[in-house]
Amino acid sequence: MAKAGPASVEFRNVSMRYGSVTAVDNVNFTIEAGKLVTLLGPSGCGKTTTLRMIAGLEIASEGQILIGGKDVTKLSAADRDVSMVFQSYALFPHMSVLENAAYGPTVKGLGKEVAREMAMAKLALVGLKGFENRYPSELSGGQQQRVAVARALVLEPQVLLFDEPLSNLDAKLRRRVREEIRELQQNLNLTVAYVTHDQEEALAVSDRIIVMSNSRIAQEGSPRDLYERPANAFVADFIGDANLIDVTIKSVADGQASVAIGPATVPLPSRELQPGPAKVAIRPESLLLSKVQDASVLPGTIRKCAYLGNHLDIVVDTPVGDLFVIQHGHPEMLEQGAPVWLSFAKSGVTLIPPA
Amino acid sequence: MRPVTRFVLLLGWLGYAIIPWYLPDGMSLTEFGWLAGYPFGKAGSALALALSGTAPWLLPIGALLVLATLQLGRSNAASVGRILIGAGLAGLALFFAQGFAITLKGQGLPTLAALLGGGGADTAQGGMGFGAFLTVLSLLLLLCHGLAYRGICRGDIFTTSSIGIIVLLIGLFIFYPVITILRSALVDQAGAFAPAAFFERLFSASIWGLGCVTANTNCGVAWNTLILAVLTGVTTTLLGLACALLILRTGMPGKRVMRLLTVLPIITPPFVIGLALILLFGRSGLFSNLLYEWFAIPRSRWIYGLPGILLAQVLAFAPIAFLVLIGVVQGISPSLEEASQTLGAKRWATFSTVTWPLLKPGIANAFLLGFVESMADFGNPLVLGGNFEVLSTKIFFAVVGAAHNQGQAAVLAFVLLAFTLGAFWIQRRWLGGKSYTTVTGKGDSGLPTPLPRRVTWLAGLVIVPWVSLTAVIYLVILVGGFVKTMGRDYTPTLEHYKTGFSIDFSRGLYFDGSAWNSFFTTIKLAAISAPLTAIIGLLTAYLLTRQRFSGRHLLEFATMLSFAIPGTVLGVSYILAFNVPPIEITGTGLILVITFVFRNMPVGVRSGIAGLSQIDKSLDEASTTLRARSFTTLWRVVLPLLRPALVAALIYSFVRSMTAVSAVIFLVSAEYNLSTAYIVGRVEAGEFGLAIAYSSVLIVFMAAGIGLIQLGVGERKLGRRVAAPVAATPAPAPAIG
Repeated sequence: MAKAGPASVEFRNVSMRYGSVTAVDNVNFTIEAGKLVTLLGPSGCGKTTTLRMIAGLEIASEGQILIGGKDVTKLSAADRDVSMVFQSYALFPHMSVLENAAYGPTVKGLGKEVAREMAMAKLALVGLKGFENRYPSELSGGQQQRVAVARALVLEPQVLLFDEPLSNLDAKLRRRVREEIRELQQNLNLTVAYVTHDQEEALAVSDRIIVMSNSRIAQEGSPRDLYERPANAFVADFIGDANLIDVTIKSVADGQASVAIGPATVPLPSRELQPGPAKVAIRPESLLLSKVQDASVLPGTIRKCAYLGNHLDIVVDTPVGDLFVIQHGHPEMLEQGAPVWLSFAKSGVTLIPPA
Repeated sequence: MRPVTRFVLLLGWLGYAIIPWYLPDGMSLTEFGWLAGYPFGKAGSALALALSGTAPWLLPIGALLVLATLQLGRSNAASVGRILIGAGLAGLALFFAQGFAITLKGQGLPTLAALLGGGGADTAQGGMGFGAFLTVLSLLLLLCHGLAYRGICRGDIFTTSSIGIIVLLIGLFIFYPVITILRSALVDQAGAFAPAAFFERLFSASIWGLGCVTANTNCGVAWNTLILAVLTGVTTTLLGLACALLILRTGMPGKRVMRLLTVLPIITPPFVIGLALILLFGRSGLFSNLLYEWFAIPRSRWIYGLPGILLAQVLAFAPIAFLVLIGVVQGISPSLEEASQTLGAKRWATFSTVTWPLLKPGIANAFLLGFVESMADFGNPLVLGGNFEVLSTKIFFAVVGAAHNQGQAAVLAFVLLAFTLGAFWIQRRWLGGKSYTTVTGKGDSGLPTPLPRRVTWLAGLVIVPWVSLTAVIYLVILVGGFVKTMGRDYTPTLEHYKTGFSIDFSRGLYFDGSAWNSFFTTIKLAAISAPLTAIIGLLTAYLLTRQRFSGRHLLEFATMLSFAIPGTVLGVSYILAFNVPPIEITGTGLILVITFVFRNMPVGVRSGIAGLSQIDKSLDEASTTLRARSFTTLWRVVLPLLRPALVAALIYSFVRSMTAVSAVIFLVSAEYNLSTAYIVGRVEAGEFGLAIAYSSVLIVFMAAGIGLIQLGVGERKLGRRVAAPVAATPAPAPAIG
């Protein structure tokens, strides 16, 4: 069997409408071959619909979908070289593990022996050797998930899709399985589209993340891009924790803005914003407790301080409102009501347009 | 063009150029005298007849086949698709135009006939045969393939073709006959259009009168039917539910006996129960005699009328409700109940908040079945009705009675249809858009919760009288064949069996009993129609629940319509519609098979829909993303999970075919006589002994047949843990005896 190898996925102005409801609204993106791209967003944002359009389980109302440069917009799921791991795993309850895994090559007519061999190889890959003759109901949740992955891998598809694959697993397992999925994707050089609503999961596994909100793409970029340079308040808030503060840009010169955060004045990359009102997103670990008192620090008092093992969670009352601060290392606990000064780290402080 | 489309074209050419186009008299597969003159004459092929000028109107159909054939080598799916759609549509239009325009001399549509080259009212042609059938099938499939090439139904040829075939079948064998009979509702005896007469008939007091409330007369026949149907529907559903719950959820002893007893009434021709009830409770019945002798309770005719019919119908139809509900109870995932229990709900709370709501769709289906069965039942009201008239018997007498009033029959059919459609609408409203998926892709684990004690007692209390009465009735039926005359002379005898089923070995193996002929015919036709019914029914259910296409609701309405047509109406409408060309098949075995299939199809559809609604859609989708086409998905994933529904559909259609009376009583012929028609004849002739003996033979035979089907299809493998011995349920008993 000629292996097609991983292929890219491209959406061009794709929309999906059910009657008057728009589930996906004019979406454009490209998934490069061999990359793992996550569709991230709160429930109902259109990420699963987008994934199902890649699979061919939904046919787009408008726009073009290309896989490997070939237009597949109107192609049915059975005609696309795409496999999917379902949220519910969708294992066939009347078939054994082996029969489930061998289903793809069997229905393709590859012959019993070939199908069996292919299935056994992939089952071994996911560590399920020796479970071939069990039925799905006789497996644990994690094992069922592996069967689902093996079954999707058997045909070595151009694109592999995951629909919230970890949502039915416990937390410890989740971490392990997501690492395994990432490893598998990199070792086998697969193109993977991965849907999740868990931002930590997305940051951990992805080459790129597409954040969706209200049927549209809110921002697209590498995990670092999204975390450190969120394009808007939604992304800043959805990925990681962020303090969102109303600020005023006093002046802009050479791509550097002088920004008034309360009484403090801080230089920040302007990100093409003009002088006037704006917002700034500050990661909790980018607020530093400072000893120095000058024009670049923000005075405040401690409201709460909680000890969490490897860090402190601190809430500081400042002229711009309550700010959430994380102190790593092993600093001393701080007294409630004690005066502090907050300075701003080089990264993790980002100007974003006013909402 | 894909290979499968080429095959369809080949079929079309076979039908058009080689196989006889018409259905000639005296056709058989062993003697070929009817083939004289081939390829011309009565058994000629369309191509020969068209070219020789005998039937020039067939020529354009061939031209369209040529047009489709010219696309053989082309690979541009979109443009080939467009041409196939055009050729298919035009071909179908021409086919039906010539079929309906040119029929018998002086009939048909003369203007259209002339337009097609038929030369006016004088041209005639016979009924369409196998050549015509293959050709129309091919044209239809070309159209469907064309649509798939254009991306309809996600480009799935199997889906579009299935939809096409089912639409054609329903159109031909449901809509066309119904339109034929409703047309006769709007015309008077002479055949002229008469809407005034229609309204006068529709609102007459004999249908809607309330005499039983206001005065001391009989109520209208519509009210009688409605009351009877509601009572029967409610009672059968409750009995079926009680039985399903007891069998699956308690450690009740004698489960196997229960299963056997509940199935017996299904395999009994309905009027036999009525007959047995008369022998038990009639004026000179067994019980009436006992009551009179022991307690001096005067003999009465209470069994003739509403109580008797209700009793007979409940005994006859409760097992159907049971079969529907046992599938639903089996499909409820135990983990849902376990979830409820871990949330602190006691058994009763779990039952009322989880189990019961999940049972609702099954209950609605069961009620609907009972309701419609009662309305369509013809045998029991015929035997037990007395002065209590219902719509089905009234329709029957309007057609075969002295009045012979087709218009009256059509109006009554109209009322009956309104009732059954109303029932369906109410059911849809009640169920709403709730999801009842309980078999998900995650392997189900868990043990079914035992019933709360209250429900167990209630269910047991309801079932015991039912079971004992059923037992007594079957005792009467079995014993009745071995005594001289039930009620008067209890001398044992084999005389009745000898008359019906003697075999003469002196001249080899010769079946010289009077019942053998009808017996063999019935078995043959039932065996042919059962798998056809199951296939068509489940396929329709699959299309309705799993595929999205425009006109889906219309198709659903159409299958429901076939459900709503009572046998008497269907029988009469088939006689009217299929006695003349273009489809002239009365008197053949084919019309009986078609009747069976379309009478029983709704059961397949219903059980298919109920089963499919419990299978998570993501299983289908998983199969699709693994490159399986619709047919493969259906075959490998859906069908194995649908086994209970398949069993129900097969059993039910086989048995219903063997026990059907109302529809086929109009359609049997000397060559194709059926058991039930023969038995009714014996009853009319007063030969109760032979009638009852024949009935018991049928019952035994069908029990054996059901056992075989059950073995062949097997149980659904859901991978559930079998309950530990302590936890009430021992190893699951085989579903049906």
